[in-house]
Amino acid sequence: MKHLRSIDELGLDGLTGLLQLTDHMAEINQRPVPKVPALRGRTVASLFFEDSTRTRLSFETAAKRLSADTMTFNVSTSSVNKGESLRDTVATITDMGVDAFVVRHKSVGIPWQISQWTTASIINAGDGAHQHPTQALVDCYTIREATHAQSFAGMKIAIVGDIKHSRVARSNIQAFSLLGAKVTLVAPPTLLPPDVSHWPVTVAHKLDEVIGQTDVLYMLRLQSERMAQGHVPTLREYSEQYGLTHKRVLALKSDAIVMHPGPMNRGVEMQIDPSDVKNSLIHRQVANGVSVRMAVLFELLGSGSNLGGQA
Amino acid sequence: MSQSIVIKGATVVNRESQQVADVKIENGFVVEVAKNLKGDLQLDASGCIVSSGFVDLHAHLREPGKEEAETIETGSRAGALGGYTALVAMPNTDPPQDSVAVIDFVREQGKRAGLVDVVPSGCITLGRQGESLAPMAELSLAGVTLFTDDGNGVQDAALMRRALEYARGLGVTLAQHCEVAELTKGAVMNECSCCTDLGLPGWPAIAEELMVFRDIELVRITGASMHFLHLSTKRSVELVRAAKRDGLPITAEVTPHHLSLTQELLASYDSVYKVNPPLRSAEDIRALKDGLRDGTIDAIATDHAPHPRRDKEMSLDLAPPGMLGLETALGVVLAEGMCEIRDVVALMSWNPAKIARIGSTHGLDVVAGANANLCVFDPELTWSVDPDRLASKSTNTPYAGKTLRGRVRHTIFKGTATVIDGQAQK
Repeated sequence: MKHLRSIDELGLDGLTGLLQLTDHMAEINQRPVPKVPALRGRTVASLFFEDSTRTRLSFETAAKRLSADTMTFNVSTSSVNKGESLRDTVATITDMGVDAFVVRHKSVGIPWQISQWTTASIINAGDGAHQHPTQALVDCYTIREATHAQSFAGMKIAIVGDIKHSRVARSNIQAFSLLGAKVTLVAPPTLLPPDVSHWPVTVAHKLDEVIGQTDVLYMLRLQSERMAQGHVPTLREYSEQYGLTHKRVLALKSDAIVMHPGPMNRGVEMQIDPSDVKNSLIHRQVANGVSVRMAVLFELLGSGSNLGGQA
Repeated sequence: MSQSIVIKGATVVNRESQQVADVKIENGFVVEVAKNLKGDLQLDASGCIVSSGFVDLHAHLREPGKEEAETIETGSRAGALGGYTALVAMPNTDPPQDSVAVIDFVREQGKRAGLVDVVPSGCITLGRQGESLAPMAELSLAGVTLFTDDGNGVQDAALMRRALEYARGLGVTLAQHCEVAELTKGAVMNECSCCTDLGLPGWPAIAEELMVFRDIELVRITGASMHFLHLSTKRSVELVRAAKRDGLPITAEVTPHHLSLTQELLASYDSVYKVNPPLRSAEDIRALKDGLRDGTIDAIATDHAPHPRRDKEMSLDLAPPGMLGLETALGVVLAEGMCEIRDVVALMSWNPAKIARIGSTHGLDVVAGANANLCVFDPELTWSVDPDRLASKSTNTPYAGKTLRGRVRHTIFKGTATVIDGQAQK
């Protein structure tokens, strides 16, 4: 595997392979010294053109635990603001000797464009509203960890909120479906893409009609700018229709799981504290982020079986 | 006396006749069409078609303002190689073509290049800002016959009505870029299942169709003549078909790329496929071709829109829309095989010459006495598009590496060969 740009490109075998590899990484992370020399001498550059704390830190932590060198490209202080083109930036960093770029950008397709300009591996850490494959891997791993299910066959997963603008939703719909889950999208029509008829999903507009049959309730973040753009009249109205309230928590099946990719909008899609939900996996999602990203980096940059040893 | 040119052995395609003959040109005019003619310069054209030179209603020549992308000279050369003898220059230059000074400059630069007639269009509104009318009467006195804010549609319905009323008094044509801007904010590609997958903001068909509908109704009440630029959707074709049935003075064009490429190409993340209006569906293409065949669509126009490589290397949302067209138009149209040769000549020469009101010198039958603005093309020759070998200053062609059918062999402009055997002569 050369790049990780979308779940589509990864496919079912790639997906399950990475989930299995994540088990090894999780074991490493349990050790007193959670560090192995697997990627010693390799260099990973994070190229974040959009604000991100958790994803960037998660990747950098993952790289360090595998003993890779890391460099961070800070857009606000970089020559991108002096008019340097993205192509020149990528070429310059490539010349310094980089093995992988971890890229986040507000524009769709940037990871594919960049891969034409460098020999390094590309890991998509989010491109516009398109894909965020490592988040989907984290979410699949987290569900698998909680349910001990190797396959998601028969599992009912509801993704609630701003599907239209969500790269997390696009990656997760592909990943959950590949693993056999039945995915329902819950949103007002204004927050759905124009045509989802070819997606392996069902669509609902009322959360209360699906919440009682759901095994995994996946809440998406609603950005306040959606109100200014007229996608929803008010955040209060959205929150009433699609937010997770105490009342809705009671309507959940007793073993239902609640997830959120973060950062949460408390008082909007999350009207409660996640700790009020018995089976909230939100903290596990963050914790598993490092193991999953170690697996991805090792898969792309590692040379086979050198996972053993101490750094 | 200038040297005479004889085009040998081509099929002469005229409105009412089609025959194999030689065409002799002298002093800027066709002097004889007959067998076995001799001249100072003999151009072999066996197996080729000779017709009036092509007229492009829609070329962005980028000068003044964006000479990094194209100049009037390089654009003219690309045009000549594409078989064109006249190009209507779009007004979204910097400064825009809303003053006599800029109109005169563009026309003069065209004359200096001397490869095609560069016919400047004028802005409908000052600075293409959509707020107040450009000095259309002054511009019309300076020779402008086609007005457009292309790149922008005129959003304000009241202003568009005034513009049409004013245009009727001047006897000029308004050409609309149909796009209701509120519906296309941030849009990158057609609103479709593909944009759902890619998470890109969609450019819905309705944004074009609403303005087509509005302007048809404004033409109905004002009586002014109107040309629709680069129509791209099925419903637009239906609206124009109905308007023509009502006898309204409306004409319409489509581009070669909207006839040959579909929205799915955007899944390559290559901004060379980003264009405005966007590439649509296969169903839209079928409707556009039907429109060509039944006369609803009058012209094929290129919307030749050069952009420097560094601009097109930006992400899909930031890269400017537009693609090259002048050198590939004929090959794309013939490769699509959608109509007879005679119809191709009508769509690329006769009809656009009339719409641009240059029918006294362009789009004429190839007969003795006609201005010698001619195109000689081999309709069967296949060739592969190499962006680096195009004459345009930019390389943003969506047909790179594609095989097209039909290529221009010679172009005659004002009695002089601008292209011989596919090579520009200056």
